[in-house]
Amino acid sequence: MRNIMGTGPAREIIMPIVQMAIFVAGAGALCSVIMIILATLFQGSGADHLLQSTQGVGIFAYTVGNLPQVLIDGMTIGFVYAAIALGYTMVYGVLQFINFAHSEIFAIGAFAGVESLIALNAVGSLAKAGTIGSFGYFGLALLIGMAVAGGTAVFVERVAYRPLRNSPKLVPLISAIGVSFALQDIIRLTESLTTGQFYRVIPTFGNFDDRLTLFTIGSKAIDIQVKSLVVILAAVTMLVALNYLVKATKVGKAIRAVSQDPNTAALLGIGVNGVISLTFLVGGSLGGAAGVMYALKFTRIDPFVGFMPGIKAFAAAVLGGIGNLTGALLGGIVLGMIESFAGAYLGTFTQGAFGAEYKDMVAFLILILVIIFRPNGLLGENLSQKA
Amino acid sequence: MSVLELDNIHSYYGNIHALMGISLTVEKGEIVALIGANGAGKTTTLRSISGLLHPRKGHVLLEGKDISHLPPHTVHRAGLGLVPEGRGIFPGLTVLENLEMGAYIIDDKAEIEKGIQNAFSLFPRLKERAQQMGGTLSGGEQQMLATARGLMSNPTILLMDEPSMGLAPVLVDQIFEIIKELNKRGTTILLVEQNALMALSIANRGYVLQTGNIVLTDTGANLKANDMVRKAYLGM
Repeated sequence: MRNIMGTGPAREIIMPIVQMAIFVAGAGALCSVIMIILATLFQGSGADHLLQSTQGVGIFAYTVGNLPQVLIDGMTIGFVYAAIALGYTMVYGVLQFINFAHSEIFAIGAFAGVESLIALNAVGSLAKAGTIGSFGYFGLALLIGMAVAGGTAVFVERVAYRPLRNSPKLVPLISAIGVSFALQDIIRLTESLTTGQFYRVIPTFGNFDDRLTLFTIGSKAIDIQVKSLVVILAAVTMLVALNYLVKATKVGKAIRAVSQDPNTAALLGIGVNGVISLTFLVGGSLGGAAGVMYALKFTRIDPFVGFMPGIKAFAAAVLGGIGNLTGALLGGIVLGMIESFAGAYLGTFTQGAFGAEYKDMVAFLILILVIIFRPNGLLGENLSQKA
Repeated sequence: MSVLELDNIHSYYGNIHALMGISLTVEKGEIVALIGANGAGKTTTLRSISGLLHPRKGHVLLEGKDISHLPPHTVHRAGLGLVPEGRGIFPGLTVLENLEMGAYIIDDKAEIEKGIQNAFSLFPRLKERAQQMGGTLSGGEQQMLATARGLMSNPTILLMDEPSMGLAPVLVDQIFEIIKELNKRGTTILLVEQNALMALSIANRGYVLQTGNIVLTDTGANLKANDMVRKAYLGM
């Protein structure tokens, strides 16, 4: 029998994986080519001589040698950005509004996940867990982070955005900025009252810090940290699940219907408020999961941990075309790649004048250039149609 | 009991008194036309019935049940189907998905499938375009889709807002043929139209709306012959 509630569920699972592979390969290849061209141009330059004298390799060999590692790092952080960016873009889709509190939803997810791991560690569960067990505990922390962040997002929408639904667009935006500060301070207050400090460190457990060797080129081993692999797999799974939800299920179609025409959707029996709550739940959960993954990768979190990833994910959503789910995915991956490349090579190519800490500057500069030449983002449609 | 009854409806946009006591009934199996000039309150009447606008005074009864203050999605569940003004096609959903959204309140998949087959038999064109995005359809095709989508939930009554708007004359004829055909198959229809001649030609009864009031009501044929209607709305 023909499946009437979708155009083949298998297609909706394979399609996004293919799409992500294309985005990763495309962004990675483009960045690599640019880097290789730059390395060729820099041969014989001061940077080249400096590398020759300190490390005994030319700039070309150095660049090419590091490429695989840089690509893996870019992909990892890119998927985290994509997961956060989807929250911004989904909410924008249904409400045409930027939820600036999303970065704190991310932070709340991170804290919920890390606190549950700390609690598990305190009772000794983490120490006793084997390899499989530690993956299980991380999965549990991920689910707790998603639940708490998703619940908070729904609550925030209900109390801070819904009453302002019919106000001018600027009003809920201000409300969101207020919520963002409020949530930061709620995390800080809760953490300092209960633990006496307001940053937390994820417990060391399992084999997340081990490195798996993927392959070797000559004498150089290309490896990937287990936690990066976990982040990539978890993110890809969630992005595929989200795509399936939105494309192939009845509620997913209702979300799209509401984002395209809320009045008609209501006339067809779709409860618009319910759909908006669901959107916040899904977007918030993804943000929370991204928070837990971020904590796993970078270990230390504080109440302000959401700001940078949040603003970058917002940039990624705009880069891809705000309101467009595929765009958020592409934007996240592209931004992650650019950042990883800038972080790895900026110091070497400028002989230390700009260090890896300037990677954010490069990421945002490129964002500004894209926005100037493609104001609707890489995959964006004409926004004026929506206004 | 009438399928739909409006009892002395007063509706406002802010402080503007848009409907000043509208009363009308639609009986089972009828086509009732609501005609009037631009700004007479035709769309406001439909908004007041469908729950997008809540009347400040008066009652809207659907099969005897008061729906005056229900939100639109609940009104729809009570059995009211709507083909909105400007058709309201979801541009980024495929034709098939648009139809599925029309059956949002139905959980039985077999029934939804039956509705889709019914829509395709009424509008073979939609079947050809099933996987195409709604936004890529022509105006006539969008009107077909909006009509088919309105029927997906098996409504007790179908409200149609300006189905002929923006269509080429040959398509207008076609759309009115379709409305007649739907009615023959048992759908009760309240038709709001600026094209008074066409609307009155197929309607059992009609109401003439002028600046928020019903000024005239009669059978379709009588209204078509009425001097005032001929002068004001038929340009004769």
